[in-house]
Amino acid sequence: MFTNVKRSFRRRDQEVLALDDVSFEVGEKEFVAIVGPSGCGKTTLLRMAAGLDFPTSGSVRVGDREVSGPGPDRAVVFQQFALFPWKTVEENIAFGLRCRGIDADARSRIVASYVELMGLQGYERAYPQQLSGGMQQRVAIARSYALDPDVLLMDEPFGALDAQTRVVMQEELIKLCRVNPRTALFITHSVEEAVYLADRVVVLTRRPGRIREILDIASVRRREGWDTYERIEEVMDLESFVHLRTRIWRLLRERQEDAAPAGIAVKSA
Amino acid sequence: MAGLGAGSSARSKGAPSGRELFALSTLGLLAFFAVWYGVASSGWVPSRFLPGPVVVADTIARLSDHAYAGYTIEAHTVASLQRFGLGFGLAVALGVPLGLLMGWYRGVDDVVAPLFESVRFIAPIAWVPFAALWFGTGIGGPILIIFSGAFPPCVINAYRGARQVDTVFVEAAQTLGAGGLRIITEVLVPAALPSIVAGLRVSAGLGWQSLIGAELIVVSSGVGYLMVQGQTSLQTPIVMSAMVAIGVVGFVIDVALRALESVVQRSWGVEP
Repeated sequence: MFTNVKRSFRRRDQEVLALDDVSFEVGEKEFVAIVGPSGCGKTTLLRMAAGLDFPTSGSVRVGDREVSGPGPDRAVVFQQFALFPWKTVEENIAFGLRCRGIDADARSRIVASYVELMGLQGYERAYPQQLSGGMQQRVAIARSYALDPDVLLMDEPFGALDAQTRVVMQEELIKLCRVNPRTALFITHSVEEAVYLADRVVVLTRRPGRIREILDIASVRRREGWDTYERIEEVMDLESFVHLRTRIWRLLRERQEDAAPAGIAVKSA
Repeated sequence: MAGLGAGSSARSKGAPSGRELFALSTLGLLAFFAVWYGVASSGWVPSRFLPGPVVVADTIARLSDHAYAGYTIEAHTVASLQRFGLGFGLAVALGVPLGLLMGWYRGVDDVVAPLFESVRFIAPIAWVPFAALWFGTGIGGPILIIFSGAFPPCVINAYRGARQVDTVFVEAAQTLGAGGLRIITEVLVPAALPSIVAGLRVSAGLGWQSLIGAELIVVSSGVGYLMVQGQTSLQTPIVMSAMVAIGVVGFVIDVALRALESVVQRSWGVEP
């Protein structure tokens, strides 16, 4: 999917390298999470897959095609939900379907099925701002899923939610992905969330973002039978989970400590 | 108008409730009439210089029964409103799309902005000679003048609305497969609507004011014309009756647009 991707920005006449030589692939129906310190360019990676940003060099491909712009084959779930405040829940979910030219009957059938799947019954005519954050993000996920996209791109989708709502949404996303598996790229700064949700976790370094390590979670999940547990806290208590989480934390911390003395040196110079 | 301004600024400090506000507004109006009545009936000022409220009310009643300067005061008001509707409608129909385009397409902004930024400082009244020259006493003249007053706020607010559209909505629409036209009609316009409607209020106010200016000069009906006729025959109660009509109609237009504004804000989830 990503091959030798570099992306730099110009800031005050200076070339700032945001991503350096990032290459990885997301397999068919695989769920990959990207974690990294803030400013490491993880959102930029996702935006490039969405076609909202482009690499300075290297290539981003989805399927066998180079990404040249946004499209409904790659649905994006934004951190700020990005629901249209002037449209009702139903109209929001139906928006992409209308763009695709699906007729009204089929449209209302699809919308109704996702309203049910995401537990939004009774809120079809509500406006997004009348809903809680968790409900809003359900609508956004329904809006993306309704298009039956090949790839699901999620940019810290639960970052704006409170801790309890977040846990509920994580459990529901896992269920949704089991019923309806998708190729998914998931950005987060929460290590637990990444380990809980993903088949593989890509750990990025501080700016410029490089791949620190890619961890295989799926094999551990299968071996230790994580999916047999209903609740996230039970999984998070397992030794295998704790082990992976600690390893990722260490990877993230190491890089920070490397970077710190350099920062001080620059200041004193 | 001044009373309204004070009312809304007091509300923003979080002070009076709706009922208190109503009481305060009523109090202000009553005080105004009391002072007006007191001064006019004290004999300090000749009644021709300042007709009292009773005389003005009387005159309004008479003007609505008997035609003056060709028509009753209602017919003059309707004539003015028709012109206003046409000029204001034209300003909205051209100004809002232009503002949206300028806000949406950098290129349009670069081409139009310098011209627009200088033309908008020319007071509507300055167009009077050309209005007379180009349209004579026809309907075109006043419409041109209302238009020149109402057009800039339409453009500026639509422009600001389009500029302030959160890019995340545009990106969301793009990733959902929306094309350019759909993004304009279903994202840009609704997202900019609160700002557009706020612009309509300013625009209507300026348009209505400009109209009266226009009617002082280029037409032979309307409230402004009534005022001029009253002035030339030294009938100050008639001038003041026309002023009352202007004020009341302006107030009603503003209330109507303010209601529209709050409906839009409420359904968009924007705090008024």
